[in-house]
Amino acid sequence: MYLAVAMLFASATGRAQSQEPFFTGTVHTGQSVSVTAPVGPPALRLLTASQYKATVADIFGSDINADGDLPPEIRKDGLLALGSAQTTIAPTGIEEYALLAHKVAAQVIDEKHRNNLIGCAPSVPLKITDSCTKGFIATAGRLLYRRPLTSGELKTQLELAQKGAGILKDRYAGIGASLTNMLSSPQFLYRWENPRVIRSTSNEGELDSYSAAQRLSFFLWNSAPDAELLSAAQSGKLDTSSGWNRQVDRLLASPRLELGLRAYFEDMLGFDGFKSLSKDLVLYPKYSSILGVDAKEETLRTIIDLLLRNGGDYRDLFIVKDTFLTKRLGAVYGVPTEAASDTWAPFKFSDRDPRGAGILTHASFVALHSHPGRSSATIRGRAIRELLLCQKVPDPPGNVNFNLVQDTSNPLYRTARQRLQVHATEPMCAGCHKLTDPVGLSLENFDTIGAHRTEENGAVIDASGQLDGVKFEGANGLGKAMHDSPAATACVAEKLYEYGVGHSVNKAEREWLKTNLGPSFEQEGYRIVPLLRLIAMSPGFRAVVNPVIR
Amino acid sequence: MRIATKLANRRKVLKGILGSAVVTVALPMLDCFLTSNGNALAATGSEIPVRFGTWYWGCGLRPGRWEPVKPGAGYEMREHLRSLAPFKDRINILSGLDVSLDGNPARVHWSGTRACSAGEVLDNAPSIDTIISGLIGNSTRFRSLEASTSEAKGAAANTVNSISRINSALINPPEASPTALYTRIFGPEFHDPNAAEFRPNPNLMVKKSVLSAIKEDADALKRQIGANDRQRLDEYFTSVREIERQVDLQLVKPAPLPSCTMPTQPHETPEGTEVDTVSTNHALLINLLVHAFACDQTRVLNMYFTGGELHKSGDPTTHHTNTHEEPIDERAGYQVKVAWYEEYIMDNFAALLKALDGVKEGDKTLLDRTLIYAFSDHGLAQSHGLQNIPIILAGGAGGRMKGGNHIAFRGEPVTRAGLTIQRIMGVNAESWGTGSMKTSDSISEIVA
Repeated sequence: MYLAVAMLFASATGRAQSQEPFFTGTVHTGQSVSVTAPVGPPALRLLTASQYKATVADIFGSDINADGDLPPEIRKDGLLALGSAQTTIAPTGIEEYALLAHKVAAQVIDEKHRNNLIGCAPSVPLKITDSCTKGFIATAGRLLYRRPLTSGELKTQLELAQKGAGILKDRYAGIGASLTNMLSSPQFLYRWENPRVIRSTSNEGELDSYSAAQRLSFFLWNSAPDAELLSAAQSGKLDTSSGWNRQVDRLLASPRLELGLRAYFEDMLGFDGFKSLSKDLVLYPKYSSILGVDAKEETLRTIIDLLLRNGGDYRDLFIVKDTFLTKRLGAVYGVPTEAASDTWAPFKFSDRDPRGAGILTHASFVALHSHPGRSSATIRGRAIRELLLCQKVPDPPGNVNFNLVQDTSNPLYRTARQRLQVHATEPMCAGCHKLTDPVGLSLENFDTIGAHRTEENGAVIDASGQLDGVKFEGANGLGKAMHDSPAATACVAEKLYEYGVGHSVNKAEREWLKTNLGPSFEQEGYRIVPLLRLIAMSPGFRAVVNPVIR
Repeated sequence: MRIATKLANRRKVLKGILGSAVVTVALPMLDCFLTSNGNALAATGSEIPVRFGTWYWGCGLRPGRWEPVKPGAGYEMREHLRSLAPFKDRINILSGLDVSLDGNPARVHWSGTRACSAGEVLDNAPSIDTIISGLIGNSTRFRSLEASTSEAKGAAANTVNSISRINSALINPPEASPTALYTRIFGPEFHDPNAAEFRPNPNLMVKKSVLSAIKEDADALKRQIGANDRQRLDEYFTSVREIERQVDLQLVKPAPLPSCTMPTQPHETPEGTEVDTVSTNHALLINLLVHAFACDQTRVLNMYFTGGELHKSGDPTTHHTNTHEEPIDERAGYQVKVAWYEEYIMDNFAALLKALDGVKEGDKTLLDRTLIYAFSDHGLAQSHGLQNIPIILAGGAGGRMKGGNHIAFRGEPVTRAGLTIQRIMGVNAESWGTGSMKTSDSISEIVA
C-alpha cells in the first residue's frame, strides 16, 4: 500500500525531483520494498530567536534569561518566516544552541527556581526512576516538543538524567542534563509539520492536530502552544471546526496577540536590518544604535495602537499622525516631547506637519532604507514596492555603465533627483528605476536618519512623486497614494497568509486570495483581527499539499 | 634530556614556587619543549602544524596600480601596496587571473568571491577553507574560526559576511564582536595547554552525554519527513557530531605549547563600517585569531575584512559607492578616494601579517608556518570586472611555499591559486574548479 501511494505522489507532482532510496522494509503486503521518497513540502521550520525566547519564557517563566547568540536567519521571498524552512545548522550553530540550552537549564534547576518549577525532593540520591522526576521531564518535554514524548524519547531522557546525576553527584544536575538535551534537540529547535492522510487518491493532506496547534500558536502568539491548546490537540477537539474556531478566537482575544503581531511586522518590515545599520556619526551625530532600537519600537507601537487597540483600518498606517516618541526620537524629528529620558510618550503631528505619511515617515522606514551617509530614493522606492506592495524589483544587472552617473560634487547635481536623472533617461536603467525612483524621491525631505530637511547641498528639494500614474507632492502625498492603493491591502493580506502557512502562495491560493480573502478583508474595513481570523480559519491554513506519508 | 625528566623538573619548579598545592600556571616559553631543530614539539614528537587562513576584501584593486611592473622573483613593490613592503620576500603577488562565468549570470560582488573561494560562480561547491579544515582541522577544538569586522551587508548578494561554506545551505557564520570571540575561544571552556594541572571537567563529560543522546531518536525522526528535510536533518546531526568531537578533545590533556599565551580580554567596542571602527575591531579580532593559532585551538581562520561598505567619517559615500560614482581624477589618472580605501585595506592586511609574524614558534614565526590566501571579488570594481582579480599569498606554509614572487598571468583562471594552495596544504587534489575554470596546474614557481 505504501508503494502504491508513493508512486501516485511521484507521478502527481510531474516535476523532476531528486530520488534516492528512502525506506527499505516490509509493507502491508509483507514484501520487502525500496521506496523512493517524495520530496514533499518543507516540514521542518527552525524556531526564530524570538520564538525560542518566548517559548522558554512561557514554559519556565520570564525571569529565565534566554539571551544568546543564535545562527543567522534566512529571508526568502521577503519573509524570514519562509526562510525558516530552509535554514540548516552549521557546527557553530550547535555550539551556540548547546551553550544557550545549558544556560537556560542551569537556571531552571538553580535554587531560586527549582522548587517552583520542578518541586521534587532533592534528598533522593542517584536513581532517577521516581515518579516526580519522570513527571517533570514528561511535562516539560511535552511543552518543549509541543507534543507528548514518545516512550523511546522519554527513555532517552531518563537515561541521560541518570547519567548526568551520576557524573555530577547531583539529582538536579541530571534533570538539567535532560533539559539541556531537549533544548538542543531537533524536536525542540524545529517546528515539525506532520501530515495526516486525508485521501490517498489526491495529493492533499492536512496537518495533524499537534502540528496545526503549533502553526496557529506561532502565527498568533509567536510562541509554542500553551497547555490548553495542547490539550485541545491531544483530545481531538482541534480536529472539529467548532473546536478549532474556539481556539482561534481564544488566541485572538488574548493580550498575547500583540506579541504575535509585533513579530509579524518586524519580519514584514525587515527590522532585522537594524542590527547591522551603520550611519556616519560625523555627519549625523544624533544617530546611535539606541536610536535604531527606538525607531523600531516607535513603529511597532504605532502599529499595535492603530490596528490592535483601536481596531483601525490597515490603510491608515500610511496617513496616521499619532505616534509614540522618546526624547531621542523627538530630537531627530525636531519636536518637543513629554517623554522623560528613556520613556515613551504619545505624540500627534499637526495637520500641517510634513511628517504625515504614517510609518513611511518614521525613522524606522527612512533610516533603514538609506546609505550610511546619505538618503536613497532608489532603496526607499524599492522597499515600498517590495515590502508594502508585494511588487518585485529586479536586481541591477552586472554590466551597468557607470560612466553615465554624474559627479556628485558637480554644481549642477546637488540633489538626489538631479543625480538620479540618468536612471530616468537611460533606457537600460529606466525599466527598473521608474518603479522605484519616482516613489522614493517623494521622501527626500527626510535624510538618512529620518530628520526633516528642505535643502540638499544648498539646493531646494523637489519632493514631487508618482505611484503608478498617480502624481503627488511630498511624503504626505505618498502616504495618501499608498492609502488609496489596492495593492497595499492585497499585499498585507498575501504576506500575512504566507507568514501564517510558511510558504509562498501557489496558484490556487492566489486565486483564493483574490476572490475570497481580499473582498472579505475589505468588507471587514481592512481591520487586522478579522484578517487574522479569516486566515486561521481558511482551508489552506491546515492543508499540506503533496505530503510525505510515513 | 629525556622527556620524563623534563616533566619531573617542571613539577619540581612549580612546587618550589607554590608549596605543594596543585595549581595551574602558565609556563613561560621554554625551548626545551622543542626538539633540537625547533620544528617539532618535544612532548609529542609531532611536527608543528601548518596553518591556513583566508583574508577577504570587497571591491578589488584598480588595475594598473597594484601589479608589480615586472614578473619574477625580483619584483618591485608598487607604491599602492607599500604597506606590504616589509613582507615583500614572504608574499607572492598573483596578477592577471580571471573569473569565467561560463554563461552563468554575473552576481555582482559575489561571483568573483565564489570563484576564488570555491572554484565556481554558483553556490554549490564547498569553500577552500572547508576542504583544508576537513583535512587539518580534526585535532583542534575548532575546525576553523570565522570573523568579520561588521555584520553590515556589503555590496554583495550574500546574506552572511563569510566565504566559508560547506555547501549552498551550510554557511559558517562569522563572529563580529571581539568580546564574544574572546569568550568563545578563551572563555570558560578554554583549557590552557601549558597549565600544569589537567582534570577532565565533569561538566564536559555531561555535555558529551547530552550531545550523544541527541542522536538516539534520529532514526525515528528521519522516517517522518521528505528527502529535502532529511538532508537538513542529516546536516544538523553532522554538526552535532562536530561539537562532540570538540568536547572529546577538551576531555583530553592537551600537549604543552610554548608559543601559547593568553590574549588580553578585549573591552566592548562599537561596531560599524566607519574606517577607524573597522580597523580597531579588525586588530582585536586578528589578535584573538593569532592567539588561537598559537594555542592550537584552530589551524584555519577566515577573516572577512569588508564587503565594500567602508566609509570615512564625514564622507556621505561608501567605498563601494565611490568605486562606481567617483570620476577619474584628471591629474592623477585614477579614482583618488577609492585609492585611499584600497591602501587602507592593504594596511589592514599588513596588520594581519605583522600579528602572525609577532608570534615566535621555535626559530621561526607563526607567519612562516601559515599560508594566508587574500583575495577579492573583482578586478576593476567600477565596472564589476571579473578579470585580473587581485590575489596575494602570504607566509611560509611551514616551508612549503616560496615567497618573494610576482607571477603575471594572462587568461588563466583564479583557480590556479586555489589548487596550488590546496596541494601545498596537503589536499590530494587532482584538479579544482568547474567549467572553464577547471585546472590541474599548480603554480610551480611558488611551491617549495
